[in-house]
Amino acid sequence: MPPAIRQRPGVILAVAIVLQVGIISAQVNTARGMPLIESLTFGAFSEVQRLTSNGVDGLLNLWNNYAALQHVQAENETLRRTMQEMQVQLQQERALAQRTESLRRLLELRDRAGLQTAAAEVIAAGASPDFRTLTIDKGASDGLDRDMAVISPAGVVGRVILSSPLASKVQLIIDRNAAVGALIERTRAQGLVLGLGNATLQMEYVPGTADVKPGDLVVTSGIDGIYPKGFVIGTVDLVDRGPGTFHAITVVPSVDFSRLEEVLVVLTPPAGREVPPDAEAKP
Amino acid sequence: MKALRLFLGLAVALAVQTTLGGWLLQGTTALDLVLIVVVYIAMTNGPTTGLLAGSLAGLAQDALSSGVLGIGGLAKTLVGYAVGVLSTQFIITGILPRFLVFVLATVAHAAVFIGLYVVLDLRVFPSPWPAVVTQAVGNGLAGVVMAQVLELLPGVAARRRERRSFRRP
Repeated sequence: MPPAIRQRPGVILAVAIVLQVGIISAQVNTARGMPLIESLTFGAFSEVQRLTSNGVDGLLNLWNNYAALQHVQAENETLRRTMQEMQVQLQQERALAQRTESLRRLLELRDRAGLQTAAAEVIAAGASPDFRTLTIDKGASDGLDRDMAVISPAGVVGRVILSSPLASKVQLIIDRNAAVGALIERTRAQGLVLGLGNATLQMEYVPGTADVKPGDLVVTSGIDGIYPKGFVIGTVDLVDRGPGTFHAITVVPSVDFSRLEEVLVVLTPPAGREVPPDAEAKP
Repeated sequence: MKALRLFLGLAVALAVQTTLGGWLLQGTTALDLVLIVVVYIAMTNGPTTGLLAGSLAGLAQDALSSGVLGIGGLAKTLVGYAVGVLSTQFIITGILPRFLVFVLATVAHAAVFIGLYVVLDLRVFPSPWPAVVTQAVGNGLAGVVMAQVLELLPGVAARRRERRSFRRP
C-alpha cells in the first residue's frame, strides 16, 4: 500500500463506510417499502429543504410584514379615498332618490290635476333679497310663457314672469308684488292672498262676517285667471278681527320655498282667461 | 507479500469459520474467527490495514451468510480501524491487553452489527448480550491463543531449521 494512502486512514475509513452503507442501502428497504438509500437521501434532503424553506419563509414573512406595513399605509389611503368617494356617491344616490320621490309626487299632482304641465327644475334663486323669485330650467322652447302658474306637490309656488328660450323666471307667491285669488276651503269665503316679502302671506278682502279660524286651509279660487282653482296656498295662522269690514288673516304657505327643487308649470290656462300678449305679469 | 499473507489469513479464517466452526464449537455464535483475524491484523498492522482487512473480511462473511451485505463489513471495518488506532496509541503485546482488546472489539462489533439490524428494522435480537459476552470471552481466549501461536511459529521454525543444520554436518 502506498505510504500516502497508509498515512490517511481516516479517508480510507470514510470511503469504506460510504461504500458499505451504499451496499447496505441498495439491498434494504425501509418499513414503508422505500429503498433505504432513497429514504436516507430523501430524509436528508427533505431536512435541508425544510430548513431552507423555513429560512426562506421566515425571510419572506419578514419582508412581507415590512412590505405589508407600507402596503397597509397605501391601502388605508386608498380606502379613505374610496370611502370619501362612496360618501359622495351615497349623497348623490340619496339626492337622486329624493328627486325621484319628488318627481313621483309631481307626477301624481299632474295626474290629479288633469292639467297639461311641464316639469321644471329650479336652477337658481332670486338675485335680490327684495324680490322673491327663482329660475327654472324650462323656457319658451318648452312652451312656457308669461303668467303660467307654477305649482308643486305641496301647493302653489308662483307664476312665470319672464321666459327665455331655455329658462324662466318665477315670481313666488310670497313676493311683495304677488297676489293670488283665494278662498277658505272650509267656508268658501273668498279673498286675495298677497305676498309680504317674508315667509308669510296676508289674506285680505275676506268679509268680517266670514267664518275663518286658524288652521283653515286656503286654496286658490281661480278668479285671477292665472292659478287653477283648488290648489293649496297655505293654512290660516292668525285671524285679526279688526275694526274694518274685512279680516286681516295671516296665512302660512304650504310650500317650503327654501327647499324647492322641482316644480310643475301649468301649460293649460284656466278657463275664461284672456290675457293679452303684451299684458303685465300682475294678477 | 504481506498483503498476500493477510489475505490468506482471512481466507483461512473464513474457511474454518464456515466449515469447521459448527463442528468444533457448536455454532458460529461462540466464536467469530474472522473477527479474531481482523482484530489481530489491526493490532499488528495499524488502522489502515485493519479497516481494509475488516472491510474485505466482513463483506466476504456477509456474502457467504444470509445477512445483508455490508452490515458485517461495516462493523468489522469500524472495529478494525478502532483496534488499529488503539494499537498505535498503546502497547498491546501482552496476553491480558490482547485479551481485553479482543473482548472489547467483539462487543463493539456486536453493538454495531446488532445496532444496524435493529435500526434498519431488519432483525430482532431478543436479549443478545449474554451471547455477545460469551462470544467476547471466547474470541478473547481464541484470539490470545491464536496470537501466541502465530508469534511463536516463526521462532519454532527457526529453531527447527537450526537443529536440522546441526544434525547435517
